[in-house]
Amino acid sequence: MSGTFVGMPAFPKAAHDAVRNTTLRANLKHATHTIRDKRERAVSELDDWARLRQAGKEIKDHTLHHLEHYLVQLEESVTAAGGTVHWARDADEANRIVAGLVKETGESEVVKVKSMATQEIGLNEHLETEGIHAYETDLAELIVQLGNDRPSHILVPAIHRNRGEIRDIFRKEMGSWGRPAPEGLTDTPAELAEAARLHLREKFLRAKVGISGANFMVAETGTLVVVESEGNGRMCLTLPETLISVVGIEKIVPTWQDLEVFLQTLPRSSTAERMNPYTSTWTGTTDSDGPQNFHLVLIDNGRTDTLADEVGRQALRCIRCSACLNVCPVYERAGGHAYGSVYPGPIGAILSPQLRGTGSEIDASLPYASSLCGACYEVCPVAIDIPEVLVHLRERVVAGGPATRNGNKVMLRPAKGHAAERAAMRAATWAFTHPAALATGQRLASRTRRFHPRTAPGPGKAWTATRDLPKVPAEPFRDWWKRTNGGKETNK
Amino acid sequence: MRVALFLTCVNDTLYPDTGRAVVKLLNRLGVEVDFPAAQTCCGQPHYNTGYRREAEPLATHYADTFGPGLASGDYDAIITPSGSCAAMVRELYPRMGERARSEGRGGRLATTLAPVIPKTYELTEFLVDVLKVTDVGAYYPHKVTYHPTCHGLRSLGLGDRPTQLLSEVKGLELAELPGAAECCGFGGTFAVKNADVSSAMGTDKVRNAESTGADVLCAADNSCLMHIGGTMSRLKVGMRPVHIAEILASTEEEPLA
Repeated sequence: MSGTFVGMPAFPKAAHDAVRNTTLRANLKHATHTIRDKRERAVSELDDWARLRQAGKEIKDHTLHHLEHYLVQLEESVTAAGGTVHWARDADEANRIVAGLVKETGESEVVKVKSMATQEIGLNEHLETEGIHAYETDLAELIVQLGNDRPSHILVPAIHRNRGEIRDIFRKEMGSWGRPAPEGLTDTPAELAEAARLHLREKFLRAKVGISGANFMVAETGTLVVVESEGNGRMCLTLPETLISVVGIEKIVPTWQDLEVFLQTLPRSSTAERMNPYTSTWTGTTDSDGPQNFHLVLIDNGRTDTLADEVGRQALRCIRCSACLNVCPVYERAGGHAYGSVYPGPIGAILSPQLRGTGSEIDASLPYASSLCGACYEVCPVAIDIPEVLVHLRERVVAGGPATRNGNKVMLRPAKGHAAERAAMRAATWAFTHPAALATGQRLASRTRRFHPRTAPGPGKAWTATRDLPKVPAEPFRDWWKRTNGGKETNK
Repeated sequence: MRVALFLTCVNDTLYPDTGRAVVKLLNRLGVEVDFPAAQTCCGQPHYNTGYRREAEPLATHYADTFGPGLASGDYDAIITPSGSCAAMVRELYPRMGERARSEGRGGRLATTLAPVIPKTYELTEFLVDVLKVTDVGAYYPHKVTYHPTCHGLRSLGLGDRPTQLLSEVKGLELAELPGAAECCGFGGTFAVKNADVSSAMGTDKVRNAESTGADVLCAADNSCLMHIGGTMSRLKVGMRPVHIAEILASTEEEPLA
C-alpha cells in the first residue's frame, strides 16, 4: 500500500475487496456505530441545534458569496499581525511554496498537526522528494504514517485499524523513525498512547518548523483556529520557531462571533464532545513567545471551480466534522480507501469529483457511491444536501454539460461507459410517455413469466448474484382494474 | 372523498396485490378510488441516476395524467403506496422546475407541475393526516417488524404514522427492528452499480429483521421490499416481505391471502 491515492480503481471495484474483508468490516462497524450513537446524544443535549445548523449554513453561504472580500481582509489582518500570506493555485504550487519556506530555515525535519489540506496536496510525499522529513504528530496520523498506509477517515484516519494491528505497527516501525516502541508493548490503549507520547515528545522538542492546517480563519483579526483532542497540535503550534499553516480558501469566517456557532456544532458532530479538549488560536507573531515566523499558504486547488457551480458549491460549507461518514451505510461497508481520496464517505463523494473533476475512473464513479438514503444530509451540521449534489454530479457524468475547470467555463462530454444506460433510459422515457406501449410490455412479461430465468444476464447479473428476482404476476394491475371495473365486478 | 390512485410502475407491473389492497382499504374507509389508465412512472429512476432531462417528460406526463382531474374536482388527492415515488413528486419535482427555469428554459415545467405536487400523498400519511384515522379495522394475526424506508423516513418525514396504523391492527404483534433507520441498500440503480455494497447492506437488514423473531417484514415501499425479499429468499430466511397496504387491507372476514 502506498501513501497516495493516485491510480485508484473505480469505487465498486475498490469496495469489492473491502466488503469481503471481515476484520475491516468489524473495525469500521464498531467505530462508526459507537461514534454515531455518541453524536446523537451530544446533539440532542442542545435544544437549539436546528437553529445552530441553520446559522452555520448561513454564515458559510454568506462567506462563500463574498469570499474575495473576506480573503483580502484576511490577508491584510495576517500581514498586519506580522505574518506572511502566500497564494497557491494548485497542489504543485502549494507544495513548492512550503518546501521553499522550509528550506529557507535550513531545516530538514518538520512536525505536523493533522491537516486535511496538506494531505489533499500530498505535501509529505513532496517534502520527502526534497529531502525534508515530515513527522505526523496526531496519534491516528502517526499510525497511518508508520504503517505506510493511507488515511481512511477524516477525523480518525486509522479507523480501519484495531489495537492489535497498531501494536504491531508501533513495534515494527517506530525504531526506524525515531524512538523505538517500549519493550514488550501490549495492545492496551494506555500503553499504545504512552508509546506514541514518548516517541513524539522527542520530535516536538527538536523541531524548528511546524506545519499545520486550520479549522477556521477569522478574517477580522487574521486569526487561525485549530481544534483537537490530544494536545499535539498545540505543541506543534507553539514550540517551533517557524510555523507554516496550509489552509483551503473556504475555511474563512468573517468574525470571532461566527466561531461561536461552529465551536458548538463541530465538536458535537465529530467527536461527540461538548467542546474540543484543545482549541488553539494564533494571530501572526508575538515577540519572544511562540513561532517568530508565521506563513499562511492559502490553497485553491479546485475550490473556485467548485464555487462556480450553483448546486455543487454547498460542498464548500463542509467543516470536516465527518458525521456523514459515521452515519453512512456505504462507508461502513466499503471503508475509506475505496473512495480514492483523502476525503472519503459522502462528503468525499461530492467533494473529490468537484475539486479534481470527473475525468478519472474513480472520480466518475464516486457520485454513484451512495444509495441516496439521506442519512448524511440529516446529520450534516451545515446542512449540505449531499444527495442533491450526488445526483447533480451523476448528471455531469452521464450527460456532460457546463462546468468550470481551472477558472474556465467548459462543456464536459459524457463520461465513457454510459452509452447503453443512456439508451435504455431514453427508451424507458419513451415507453413511459406511451402508456399503451408500457401496458403491452407488462402483458408480455406476464405471459412469458414461466420462462423467466432465475438469474439475469447483463446488468441484471449483479442483482441476481445475491438476490432472487421477484416473480412476475399473472396479470398487471391495470389489466385487473380494466377487467373488473376497479374491483367492482369480480374481486378476483 | 374521491382520490386518484398513482400505483407506480413497479407496483403495477410486479405487485398488483398491493394495488388491489389499496383499493380495498380505501373503499372500506369510504373513499372512492379511480385509476387513471394513462399513468406510468414518476421518473425517479431516471432522475436519481443522473438523467434529469430524460425525467422531465415523465414529470410532465404525471402532471398531465393527474392534473386535470384535480382541477375539475374529480379527485381530492393523488394517493401512492410508495414513499420514494411520493418523495420524487413532492421533493424533487419542485427542484426540477426550478432547475429548468435557472437554465433559461422558462417556468413552464414548474407551472405544469405545481398543482399536482401538494396534492400527492403517500398512503399512510393520507390515512393519518387527511382521513385522520389510525384504526382502519384491520386484522392480521402475525408478528410483524417494520422497516421505515429512507424516502419515507427522511424525505417525507412519515415519522411514526405507519407504526401508529400497524399498532391498531387486531392480532398484530409489532416487533422493533434493530437499526431500523439504516438503509436496506436498494437505492434504485445503486443495487446494480454497487452490487457488493448493496448486498452487504441488504444482508445486514435481513439479519436484523431475523433477530426480531417476526414472520413478516413490513414496509411502505415495494422497491425496498423487492431488494429485502430477494435477499431473504436467497438466504433462505423464513420471513416474508409484505407491503403495509396489504396488512391494513386484511380483515377477519377477508384475511390476506
